[in-house]
Amino acid sequence: MSDTQSNNSLLYVSTKELPELPAPVNTSGPIAWMRDNLFASPRDTFLTIVFGILVVAALYKLIPWMFTDAVFFADSIRHCREIDTGACFAVVTSRFDQLIFGFYPPELHWRPIVTFLLMFLAFAPLLHDNLPRKLLWFTGVFPLLAYFLLWGGSIWGPLLILVMIALAVVVFSIVSKALNSTLGLLAAIAFGVIWLLFVHDGISSALASAIPVGLEPVESAKFGGFLITFVIGVTGIVGSLPLGIVLALGRKSDNMPVVKMLCVGFIEFIRGVPLITLLFVASTLLNYFLPPGTTFDLILRVIIMVTLFAAAYMAEVIRGGLAALPRGQYEAADALGLNYWQGTRLIVLPQALKISIPGIVNTFIGLFKDTVLVSIVGILDPIGIMQPIRSTSEWNGIIWELPIFIGFVFFIFCYIMSRYSMYFERKLDTGHRS
Amino acid sequence: MTVASDFSDDVEPFRLSMLIYDKRYRSYTLQIITIALFMLAVGWLVSNVVQNFRDLGKEFSFAFLWEPASYDINQRLIEYTSRSPHWKAAVVGILNTLVIAFLGCIAATILGVAIGVMRLSKNWLVSRLMTVYIEGFRNVPVLLWILLASTAFSAMLPAPRQAPLLLGGAFVPTNRGFYVPAPIWESGSGVLGIIFVASIIGAWLFGRWAKARQAATGEILPVLWIRLAIIILPVVIFYFLLGRPVGLSMPELKGFNFQGGGFVRNSFMALWIALSLYTAAFIAENVRSGIQAISKGQTEAAYSLGLPPKRTMNLVILPQALRIIIPPLISQYLNLTKNSSLAIAVGYMDITGTLGGITLNQTGREMESLLLVMGFYLIVSLLISGVMNVYNNSVAIKER
Amino acid sequence: MKTKLLTLALGAAAFATVSTSASAATLDDVKAKGFLQCGVSTGVPGFAFTDDAGDWQGFDPALCRAMAAAIFGDPKAVKFTPTTGKTRFTALASGEVDVLARNTTETFSRDVDLKFTFGPVNYYDGQGFMVRKSLGVTSAKNLSGATICIQTGTTTELNLADYFRANNMTYEPVPIETNAEAQEKYLANACDVYTTDASGLAATRAAFEKPDEHVLLPEIVSKEPLAPLTRHGDDQWADILKWTLNALINAEELGVTAANADDMLANSKIPAIRRLLGAEGDFGTKLGLSNDWSINAIKAGGNYGEIYDKYIGPKTAIGLERGLNQLWNKGGILYAAPLR
Repeated sequence: MSDTQSNNSLLYVSTKELPELPAPVNTSGPIAWMRDNLFASPRDTFLTIVFGILVVAALYKLIPWMFTDAVFFADSIRHCREIDTGACFAVVTSRFDQLIFGFYPPELHWRPIVTFLLMFLAFAPLLHDNLPRKLLWFTGVFPLLAYFLLWGGSIWGPLLILVMIALAVVVFSIVSKALNSTLGLLAAIAFGVIWLLFVHDGISSALASAIPVGLEPVESAKFGGFLITFVIGVTGIVGSLPLGIVLALGRKSDNMPVVKMLCVGFIEFIRGVPLITLLFVASTLLNYFLPPGTTFDLILRVIIMVTLFAAAYMAEVIRGGLAALPRGQYEAADALGLNYWQGTRLIVLPQALKISIPGIVNTFIGLFKDTVLVSIVGILDPIGIMQPIRSTSEWNGIIWELPIFIGFVFFIFCYIMSRYSMYFERKLDTGHRS
Repeated sequence: MTVASDFSDDVEPFRLSMLIYDKRYRSYTLQIITIALFMLAVGWLVSNVVQNFRDLGKEFSFAFLWEPASYDINQRLIEYTSRSPHWKAAVVGILNTLVIAFLGCIAATILGVAIGVMRLSKNWLVSRLMTVYIEGFRNVPVLLWILLASTAFSAMLPAPRQAPLLLGGAFVPTNRGFYVPAPIWESGSGVLGIIFVASIIGAWLFGRWAKARQAATGEILPVLWIRLAIIILPVVIFYFLLGRPVGLSMPELKGFNFQGGGFVRNSFMALWIALSLYTAAFIAENVRSGIQAISKGQTEAAYSLGLPPKRTMNLVILPQALRIIIPPLISQYLNLTKNSSLAIAVGYMDITGTLGGITLNQTGREMESLLLVMGFYLIVSLLISGVMNVYNNSVAIKER
Repeated sequence: MKTKLLTLALGAAAFATVSTSASAATLDDVKAKGFLQCGVSTGVPGFAFTDDAGDWQGFDPALCRAMAAAIFGDPKAVKFTPTTGKTRFTALASGEVDVLARNTTETFSRDVDLKFTFGPVNYYDGQGFMVRKSLGVTSAKNLSGATICIQTGTTTELNLADYFRANNMTYEPVPIETNAEAQEKYLANACDVYTTDASGLAATRAAFEKPDEHVLLPEIVSKEPLAPLTRHGDDQWADILKWTLNALINAEELGVTAANADDMLANSKIPAIRRLLGAEGDFGTKLGLSNDWSINAIKAGGNYGEIYDKYIGPKTAIGLERGLNQLWNKGGILYAAPLR
């Protein structure tokens, strides 16, 4: 209360809180923002003006051409030119099916679409760890389901593969209990190979003729457009993951110099040559390396090569993940008395793979973009299918529209994936890693 | 001593089952199995090849390399005609690959560093634009960029007869390529060359001297300007003293095309520009993350020592950032070199276009041609990664 | 672990489903798999192109359909593999395709060195040049210094080099992968001249918006006998190819068409026609086929003349005159061995 006594000596005392005044105009609001971010110094002002003029000029040209003057529906390029002066995106709308599915029979388009949607369900548990783990079972079955949906044919082939896997797991557990897990793995693989070489075809064709259940078969030659991009990209990345893990583990096995040398040799060879030469090998040489008379169709050969290619890059990503794992984790696995396979499977790989996910996604982006090279060996992927479309009399003379559309689709997918990989990286970065 | 002998007494006699159960021997077992499987696989592949070649009546031989190639190549850095052997066509291709890779790396580095630095600019417009550039180029396949560049040149530039003569006819852009003046070396130009090389050496020596002087006295000289003067002035002076020994040949419209001068083909320009722009986007990201990785404390420490901002950048930040930037930069060089094989899409005659393309098609020697092409790229890759390893070792933080 | 096994299995499954062929008895393999695998080009107007439904049509696919009809009695029992200049010979050599019906020039090295067997020539062609009328060029001899678009991987590239060297002229080659790209470049004036087989030039020119502004130069600088081919070493298979094509040519000579073939078989008294249609003799069984092989082949798409007129003849947009490809008795050099 002593304060009140000195009241008289003061000229003015506020009895209530004054309302907050807005900051001075030139330190807040758009003007201040512009001053700080666009015109902070003479150099900045200069840059802003130069780049600003460039952007405005480019947009001034582009926006009418791309949007306001563009034609989105027409029968031919001449029809387009009659309607308006801008871009003729009618070529995209009228040939949309070919750009997306190639020559896949139109009445069966639902199959690739369903596969595409199921793919997200299958990848979800791998990319997001809040989902029920049971979904991983679906992830495991998905490759067979996708194969069945896309190529069609009898359902017995894929089903018997499932049976084979179940049996292989049984073989693995029996042998690894009786002897050890390395031999168990070898036995399971041997079982699978024998099954596929000698048993599979007989049973599946017998079943197929007895109970014909299946989808209408579609040959790979009908695949095209973005369908091919996804088939090659996704198969490549899924197939390269196990191969990459094996190669990365092999490269890290210092106590087995021979295995290490083979892995290093393979990885460095693949990483040292351009993908296009490997595709040439797929298109012209692969047949020489197989027993006389064996032929694959080109898409299958390309998928094999792309998988090998991706595996080398994948191995390096996973090796990075393995190296980032603190040494204590390996020692902990040893201390628990786990053997090599148990330790790798239960302790090392789950952590290493999780750290590697951003790298894996980046490898996938790279692979996804690289799939367009298959157009050079004559596969009708989006870029490959541009030529047939442009050489029809309706669309002869179209230049920019198709590559713009294709580039746009690639951009959308790759951009989303790269954002995801950055998001995951931030999530992993808990800030207290040693 | 007794302890040791106890252990040696404990060693069990070797049993066969130890090959599986004993960690000491198991790795040998596995390695032997691996070698056996590997040899089996290689043997299987080789025997298939032998069998297939025999069935087709082909033979594995490189003799075709000495037969005349019978095709012409437009861009050739060495003497080559359609009568030259295939190996010479391959060499022409190799040189073309090296040219595009070398020039591409230079352009991509300059662009990439500039964009990476601008990406960090405080200017909102500039940094946003650079982000758009980086994301735009990184997320679209390079083949599409190459095709777009090639289409842009052939569709948007005029044919030779309608082409504008820029800079008084010195520079003519056409839809077939760019015609530029070419130097004509007359007598005396050799002397000029020697002077040029000598002044570069002089500039280098001056730099060393300036550094030593700075270390001794602390005095800082304007090294850049003096160096430039040392390099340029003598050449200019002697150019006039020797009576202008280097002339320029200008492009002239004759017949179908321009004759004389230098001709930079569109296939080259499209590939060069697309590869540089694409790779620059990746380099810019490396530069940005390299600079950002240097902790702020380093800048503050430099300021507290009294270093001005420019010297802080040159002496403190950049040397540390380079350690982070250069390894991914070199792997980008590697990528660019490998991506240059997409030359085939625009008809630039690199090694994939000559040996792996026309020679392969015309002779039907797929195996031999592709082996050579892959071998070439492998050697280049190994050389580049070798350089990277040497660099990494030289800049590795010496832990003492 | 699970996904690993799965992918391994999937890869191996792919392995297991591959077909085998290319052994000596191609016919048995073809019969076993139930269809003929035919290599065609990736697209030359009139000669091979896909229709709206994605089916292959054209002069070359028609031959494959005739062969399929001869073997299976069903012209639809054929699958097409588009091949590029680079992949065509490997595709045939490796057994990926059973027959290559694709504008392929018969040459010594392809026959002897690459080990293929050529059937009869089904189109006599030669390499020509197309230029803009506005250039005022009237002869290939005036082309020195020109920029020339060529399709790589073909004989045209070699002929061109030879021709310019022989005439002491220089040129600037612009190598291009496909016909469509070459056309685009030529129309954009990025090359002065486009060179390929004269038939291809005519077909390409016909597709232009203003064909009159372009002219084919009179010089034909090479011989390009285009013929279908098979692998070396299977004479029976080569015979089937050879005689199917001969049957089509003989049918035209004898006036047998797709429409009147059945009628001719029943009523014709002319021995040559009766032999051709299988009413006399057992040529079909000697080839390892049924006796109605030739009539099936003819009914698949008509005789040689009908196929020609349908896809590339003067009444089509391609508009190629018969010229050398007319029958020998009508001024051409088409001269098929008789069935006897």
